[in-house]
Amino acid sequence: MAEQIKIRAQPQGDVTDIRVLMQHPMETGQRKDDKGQTFPMHFIQTFTVSLNGKPLIDGQLNTSISKNPLFTFKARGIKAGDKLSVAWVDNMGERRQDEITV
Amino acid sequence: MIELRRSFLKGSASAALLAPFLGCGLLMPTRVLAAEWNRNAFTARNVNDALKNFGSANASETRDIVITAPEIAENGAKVEVEILSNIPNTRSLAIFADKNPMPMCSNIEFSGPALPYVKAQLKMAETTRVRAVARTADGKSHVAFREIKVTLGGCGG
Repeated sequence: MAEQIKIRAQPQGDVTDIRVLMQHPMETGQRKDDKGQTFPMHFIQTFTVSLNGKPLIDGQLNTSISKNPLFTFKARGIKAGDKLSVAWVDNMGERRQDEITV
Repeated sequence: MIELRRSFLKGSASAALLAPFLGCGLLMPTRVLAAEWNRNAFTARNVNDALKNFGSANASETRDIVITAPEIAENGAKVEVEILSNIPNTRSLAIFADKNPMPMCSNIEFSGPALPYVKAQLKMAETTRVRAVARTADGKSHVAFREIKVTLGGCGG
């Protein structure tokens, strides 16, 4: 089971910084272990950030995004009590969805 | 006997009525993630193919995309890049690292009250030019460049 997505919303006046940390190995398929065996490619392919159920951000990623990807986005007019949810799917079909209330 | 046949017919009728709703229910989970992974663009092995497959081969260069990144990155496994588009009606921002084995790193699409801004962490194989491509509502592409020096590559290891 994939680990929890950490979501933080930080208001900076009218604009809110949304920080999303998706815990994932993001294997490139190029790394080798001590015995020279290649770790298979394993990475988040798509994710969405939604505000009160409406899409805010749609992202598509490649293996070249760092391990445990941390993203910051900005949005206007987010109020206390709003619901922010993040969902991702990786290339092996694993998925995870989490939600916070601002 | 006739009674049984009646109820059988009724049963099948309601099943047929329910079928379309069941279909909707089954479609729901996949609808959550709307944007599709652009395989041709992401798996392209050089930046020109990646841009072509992404549909932004003839992007015009602009100063209205601001890329903030370190000039020298000591660790290529985690290079923080911040991109802001000042172009009106920017709908998406894509990041490419020219010399990475697969240059296209990400594409972020914005809707609703989201601002055309993203801060992400990239893996970089070697010193390379990073480009940010902004696509606007009218389908036009705009591009900005920035060179990042990498002292330790972040792909193998």
